[in-house]
Parts: sequence; C-alpha cells; structure tokens
Amino acid sequence: MLVEQIAVFLENKSGRLAEITAILAENAINIRALSVADTADFGILRLIVDKVEQAKAVLRENGFTVGKTQVLAVEVEDKTGGLARVLKCIKDAGINVEYMYAFVNKTGENAVLIFRFEKMEEAMATLLKEGFTILSREQICSL
Amino acid sequence: MYWQKDQECLPRPELTKLQLERLRHTLHRVGNNVPFYRNKFNELKLHPEKITSLEELRDYPFTCKQDLRNNYPYGLFAVPLRDVVRVHASSGTTGSSTVVGYTRNDIVTWSDLVARILCGAGVTADDVIQIAFGYGLFTGGFGLHYGAERLGASVIPISSGNTKRQIQIMQDFKTTALVCTPSYALKMADVMMDMGINPNGLSLRYGLFGAEPWSEAMRQEINERLGIRATDNYGLSEVMGPGVAGECQECNGLHINEDHFLVEVLNPETLTPVAPGEVGELVLTTLTKEAFPVIRYRTRDLTRLLPEPCPCGRTFVRMSRMLGRSDDMLIIKGVNVFPTQIESVLFDIEGTEPHYRLIVERENNEDKLTVMVEVVESIFFDEMKKQKALVETIKKRLASELGVGVEIKLVEERSLERFNGKAERVIDKRQL
Repeated sequence: MLVEQIAVFLENKSGRLAEITAILAENAINIRALSVADTADFGILRLIVDKVEQAKAVLRENGFTVGKTQVLAVEVEDKTGGLARVLKCIKDAGINVEYMYAFVNKTGENAVLIFRFEKMEEAMATLLKEGFTILSREQICSL
Repeated sequence: MYWQKDQECLPRPELTKLQLERLRHTLHRVGNNVPFYRNKFNELKLHPEKITSLEELRDYPFTCKQDLRNNYPYGLFAVPLRDVVRVHASSGTTGSSTVVGYTRNDIVTWSDLVARILCGAGVTADDVIQIAFGYGLFTGGFGLHYGAERLGASVIPISSGNTKRQIQIMQDFKTTALVCTPSYALKMADVMMDMGINPNGLSLRYGLFGAEPWSEAMRQEINERLGIRATDNYGLSEVMGPGVAGECQECNGLHINEDHFLVEVLNPETLTPVAPGEVGELVLTTLTKEAFPVIRYRTRDLTRLLPEPCPCGRTFVRMSRMLGRSDDMLIIKGVNVFPTQIESVLFDIEGTEPHYRLIVERENNEDKLTVMVEVVESIFFDEMKKQKALVETIKKRLASELGVGVEIKLVEERSLERFNGKAERVIDKRQL
C-alpha cells in the first residue's frame, strides 16, 4: 500500500513555490502534505496530492521537472513518543530512512508520517507486522 | 641576447630560401610516409618536389584538430614508432585527444627553440628558473624544462600547484625566472601578500608566461606587483609545444621561429590571406619536425603580424599577442576546453541532448568554469543524497575529461535560453 508522491526540482529563487501552488490551485488539485529539501543552489519539493497524474501533467506543461516516487504513509496517535516507536522498529530492522515528513490530520487525533525508506517493501512488512497502520493515498486524501 | 644568432638574424632572402628548401622536404616526406597526407596530395594532384615558391603552399590542404583526432593515436606520425623518443597528448579521453611525437632530433630542435625564447626574454645560464607548468602529457612543463637545461640555466622542475610551496621555494632557492600562466603569476602575487612576503625582497627578475590569453594591462600589473619583466610566449602541442614564438625584451610582439615554422595569417571564413597587419587565423606549417610534421595547421588562434623590423635585430616576423579564437575553444587555467567535450559527457549521463551553459569567470586571479545544467527527469531524484551524488558524478567525469576542475550548478528545465550556435552557450566574464 505505497503512496505516490511527486517531486519537483526547484532552483533557489524567489516565487517558485508560490508559482507551483498557484498552478495546482488553478487546476483544483489539493495538496495533502509537502516538504522541501534544499541546498544553497536548489531544492526538491515533495508533494502528496489528490490527483497525481493531473498534477504531474500540469506542472510539466508549466516547465517543471517532475518525478514520481512511492512513499509509505504511517498513521500514529498524535501523542508523545509516536514517531519514536516507528523509528525504533525501523532501526531494529536495520532499515535506513532516506527522508520523512509529517502532518497532523484535521481532527488532530492522529499524525501521518510520510517515509521514504531505503528498502520500501521490507519496511512496510516490518511496520505491518508490528501493528502500525499504513494508509493508502485514498485514505490520506479523505482525512 | 640571442641563442642562435646566425639563424635568428638571418636576412630575409636567405631565410626564404631556407624555408622553401625545408618546406619542399617536409611536403615530400609527409607525402611519402603519412597516408593521410598522401591521399590528400594525390586527390589534389599535388607534387611537392615541383614546389618553387612559398606561395604554392596555398594549394595544399589544411590540417585541423579533427584530423588529428581521426588519426588517434599514431596515424599522422611520419616515422616508425621506434624512432620516437617522446609522446605528448592533449587533454580529453580517447577519440577527442590528440597525440604528438618527437624523435631525438626533434627534442634537440625543440630544446633549442625554447632556449631561444628564454634567451630573448633575458634569461641566461646564470639564472635559476622555476617551471610551474604541469609536467606530463601537456607540452608546457617538459618543453620549457628541456629548453632551460639546453640554455644552461638551473632548473627547478616544481610543476604546477601548491602556491605556498612555490613561493617558499622561490624565496629559498633564489629563483630569478618564473615560468607559468600569467593568471597564476598574479595568483602568486596575491598569495605572497597573504604570506606577508614582499616580492621586492625576492631574487625574481623575469617571468615567461604563456598557455592562455592575457592583456597589456595584466602585463603591467604583473610587472609592478612582482617587480619583474614579463614576456609572452606561444606554442601549441599540435605544432610542437612552447618555442613556436616568443617576445624579446622589446616586449612588443612575439617573434615566430620562422626557420622552423612557416606562418600564414588567413581570414577564417574565406581562408585566404588577410592584408599585411590585419587580424586573422594563425596557420602554421612545420619545416623541420621529423616525427610529427604538420601541414597548414589551423591553430584557430587569432593574431596579426607586425611586419615592421624589430630593434632587437631578429629578422623573424612578430605577431601580436593572441587576440581570440576563431572557434569556441576556451582556455581555463591554461587548459584547452571545448564545449563539445562537456556536451558529450552530459549526453552520456543524461541519455538525451543536454541543455547547458558555460560561465567562465576569474576569481582571485584564478579561472573558474561553471557548468549550468538543466535538470531533466533522467537526472532528477526525490532524494537529496542521490541528487548531490549526481552533481559529484558530473563534476568528476568532467574533471577527468577536461583535465581541469569545474563547478556544477543545476537549474530548472527550460530556464536557459535556446541558442542556435554553440559558441553562444558560453559566457566568458573574464576581464583581462
């Protein structure tokens, strides 16, 4: 139950993020989660959206370089130690985290952690075995 | 001061006679020994033995860098490999590299010609000469080294790099003559300041600079900051290496060693001679080289001849400092770089035609080449680690292909303007 994420290459210059979000808004695409990784020269924007293919298409049309990757969305209770329990389980399994970001859902009860692991399938199996809740894209979008 | 006065001051009629004799001999030899030339001569029905004037050379075909590449590695050698005692090569990997060879006689000639340049610049057997050109396949280091030894100077073969050590040695060994690129001389002056060393306290008197274009303003700056007399010298590995031409102490143009090289200055478009004194492309024919003679080699360097006699007494014609290029070659830290080399590496990595731009700057008297690369999907990753690794890969591949380090800047797709000509892909911000 991997979730599709889109990644966009960004030069570090003003207004780029605003432009991307405007393009998505114009096309009625909803952003559920996002993160930016940056260096002095460039950044990588990662997005979870409700309409993946459409988002890719409109961003490409507007000249952006877009990539698609699979990530894992883990739902935990929004309580102290929530993230720590997930990470401990992953560490014990000897799996590396490439990157992660998180958001809290509307009710504020649960947090959703988005992960990119070195070994995705193995990580998913480990987390399921430990009883964690893995969300699909549909579930994320309906939160 | 002359190294070989009889030759360097040879009256023009005798020089012309000598050149014609040597030209006929060279054309004859390459026609016999090098299939590349033989085929071309046959095609054009040329008969070297019948040549009666230097002007008839204009009937002969040109040789370009691509011809050297096509005949990689030994295809244009005019002697069997057993007679070759030295090989040099330009940067670039197989296929884009050019290889040249020297017989024992060639090395002797080369050494004498470099000794002439050193002598003309004021260097004598009493001098201590520090050679800060790279030693290796590049002709600069070994070329100057052999010439300086031939002259009898004390040679410090320090090679390039490690500026602080260069300066320390310059101070301790009492170097009197410095050989490097002009920009490196200025960098040395900067580092001396940082180290708190006053150049006036050094023994340095002469600087022989080459391998990259420079200006009169840079000469003044070098002279003032290092307290020396800077002279320009010119050469290229395809023709021989350093020793083709150099300035005498008049510091007003470079005398071409005409008894060994026949010079033409042509309009790069029409390939016909320009009017005397006008700017054109320098085309050289070797007159005495055994292992690697070259006929009408298009150097792509732009210069003009200065036909007026020189007060120094040499009869060899002078040419101005290099005024530019008739192709898109860049000289970065003295290393020849072609945008096509960069393009092929990027193509290889991206798997598609790359869009890129080259920015050349001079920071702290050092050339800096930045390659701006548009990020397409094949080289875009959602993981920062992989994206950074890609930058490193491009850097390493380019450094190994070009023989000089580059900076990489990733930019968004379609953010670089589209050009028709490749030369426009280069922005050279250097103010010489």
